[in-house]
Amino acid sequence: MQTENIIELRNVSKVYDGKEVVKNTTLAVKKGEFVTLLGPSGCGKTTTLRLIAGFEKPTTGQIFFNGQDITNLPPHKRKVNTVFQRYALFPHLTVFGNVAFGLKLKKVECEPYFNKKGEVVQKYRKLTKEEIRRKVDAALKMVDLEDYGYRNVSSLSGGQMQRVAIARALVNEPEVLLLDEPLGALDLKMRKDMQLELMNMHKKLGITFIYVTHDQEEALTMSDKVVVMRNGAIQQIATPEKIYDEPANAFVADFIGESNIFSGIMLDDYKVFFCNTTFECVDKGFKKREPIDVIIRPEDIQILSPEDPKAILKAEVLSCVFKGDHYQITTLANGNEMVVHDTASVNAGDMVGLYVKPYDLHIMHKFRIINEIKTYMSAENEVEICGGYFACVSDLPAGTPVTVKIAFADVQITDDEDDGVLSGTVVSSIYKGSYYQCIVRTDDYYDFFVDTKDEWLKGDRVDIIVAPDKIIIEERAEEEAESETD
Amino acid sequence: MKRIKNFKLTRKVFSYPYILFMLLFIVIPLVLILVNAFLDAEGNLTVENFKIFFTERSSLIVLGNSLLVGVATTLICLVIAYPVAYILSKYNSGKILVLLFVLPMWVNFLIRTLATKVIFVALDVKLGIGTVLFGMVYNYLPFMILPLHTVLSSIDKSYIEAAEDLGADRINVFVKTILPLSVSGILSGITMVFIPTISTFAISQFLSNGTIFLFGDSINMKFEQGLYGVGSIMSIVMLVFVLISNFLMSKFNRNGAARGTLW
Repeated sequence: MQTENIIELRNVSKVYDGKEVVKNTTLAVKKGEFVTLLGPSGCGKTTTLRLIAGFEKPTTGQIFFNGQDITNLPPHKRKVNTVFQRYALFPHLTVFGNVAFGLKLKKVECEPYFNKKGEVVQKYRKLTKEEIRRKVDAALKMVDLEDYGYRNVSSLSGGQMQRVAIARALVNEPEVLLLDEPLGALDLKMRKDMQLELMNMHKKLGITFIYVTHDQEEALTMSDKVVVMRNGAIQQIATPEKIYDEPANAFVADFIGESNIFSGIMLDDYKVFFCNTTFECVDKGFKKREPIDVIIRPEDIQILSPEDPKAILKAEVLSCVFKGDHYQITTLANGNEMVVHDTASVNAGDMVGLYVKPYDLHIMHKFRIINEIKTYMSAENEVEICGGYFACVSDLPAGTPVTVKIAFADVQITDDEDDGVLSGTVVSSIYKGSYYQCIVRTDDYYDFFVDTKDEWLKGDRVDIIVAPDKIIIEERAEEEAESETD
Repeated sequence: MKRIKNFKLTRKVFSYPYILFMLLFIVIPLVLILVNAFLDAEGNLTVENFKIFFTERSSLIVLGNSLLVGVATTLICLVIAYPVAYILSKYNSGKILVLLFVLPMWVNFLIRTLATKVIFVALDVKLGIGTVLFGMVYNYLPFMILPLHTVLSSIDKSYIEAAEDLGADRINVFVKTILPLSVSGILSGITMVFIPTISTFAISQFLSNGTIFLFGDSINMKFEQGLYGVGSIMSIVMLVFVLISNFLMSKFNRNGAARGTLW
């Protein structure tokens, strides 16, 4: 089967110790593309790369290379090479030895010849010393380390080791080069230089690059296509421009570049309400009064004089900070913080008018509008939620299957471990103008969405408290009990 | 008085007990051996002891035998220990299993050796070179397993993945990465087995019923017979061999991050 997709993942998932690190991922990489897997640490991007390299076997799903199923092929038989995060250069070999490692193992086709019976015989031979030397020299030349062949790898600087690692992978002429955060250990300037060099190499060699990084700027700079991942699931696959201009959801918007994220309501087609103001927009097809997220890039907001008829919002300037090529202006409009990037400075305390083009309002469906858990009553006026027992107001007897609903704003979190009945870890925190939306993951992997005034840091260990009257209990039919909630 | 007043508890002070210990039990005995080597029974200066040792055929044969037994024991230990250490390093529970291998060391080696002998006698096994080698391997195997296990389990898994990535199958991964990366462990294992085996005594005596006589036994006997001079010479010869093997090991271990030896 001939396809133009060189790598294809079909419904691939990977489970470690009962935890799904990569969830039902489908991804196609075209020949010659520079694809970046982008996401915060622990989002499954490295595992995805390791699945492609063959170091991990998917729990379910298939991986294709040029249309061939390579799901069960061991790494040494795959025509991909990897540049490892911490280089993994062999300490017992010189630079030359490291680069030549793959070549010494390689077998190439000899000229086919006819045997006595007239059949074509294809024999394989190892590369000669001379061929290896020529190839290694060429590879080292490509990464500007021509005279370093005899050196010990331990005597190299980080940038040089990086180059050796790239040469070692490229010398095997792979069809796909996998790079696992290759620039992570380098300093800023070196990283910028290497970014350009890698892009040049990609152009010159014409092979496919699959690049893993958590640095959004790196991803946007280098790639043809960016794959944003989070919690093992792909959030969006698009070109860097599209990822930036039309993020698929609040997470992508928050992760890529700076953005103002607000909760709002879609009043009607082309009409959205947030910040106590009705805005015109270009989106339609939402349900009436559907709760949505609105994203505005700081550079898309214009500052006008408060009297200007174009101004949609009046806002007070809280601060104005010079950032080199622009001012970062924080304003307060109708109780919502809005960050604006402008080339002109304003004074803190001034009133200004704000204007946003309808086209620059990005409106997205909310991922979830209420926390919903299917569970059972543990006693009268008590319900079990993710292993914790919460007091509630319900006279249903123990054992009744119920659906529990808790609004985001009704979940309180505290760092006092003794206060709550259920603990969890903050896995994400997004500022939405006037409050933070946190996601707290309990120990059995239910994600609570929480709206809170306080800022919590990712990784904070918190306890969850819900007032008994804020827990909405609905009886549900028993046969549903099998299906798990998300 | 002034010196005592200026006394300060610096880090250097903590090394004094060991320096004292070393002087008393290592340096002074070595000097005594050196002095003894050049003295005859009446206490006169002489080189006669050297002549006696180097012209006596039997003592040279004993030396040769000791070296052979040492080499054989080391090789057998290596062949047994490497796969064991390699397999154990792959499992998290390996540490406990390594402890099981080391456990016999908690029993005094004389008791162990005598017990081994009793078992051999009970099984009607003829005591000889085979049983001596068995005893040696039994006694020194943990010293081979431990350094190998330490080195093998500290090899970064990413080297193995890198090798696989570059096209190495399981055999090539082992031959081209794991083996060379564990050289330092092999060398310290060899040092820790070879040197004690050539100098050990009692094991060979017990397990061969006194028919096989190794260098350690021979030195022991010379001192028992009151031939301090010849005994000292033999000790010096032993020392030279230890130094030579240490030197060779560190030569091999060029990149040698693992162990700093005398050289």
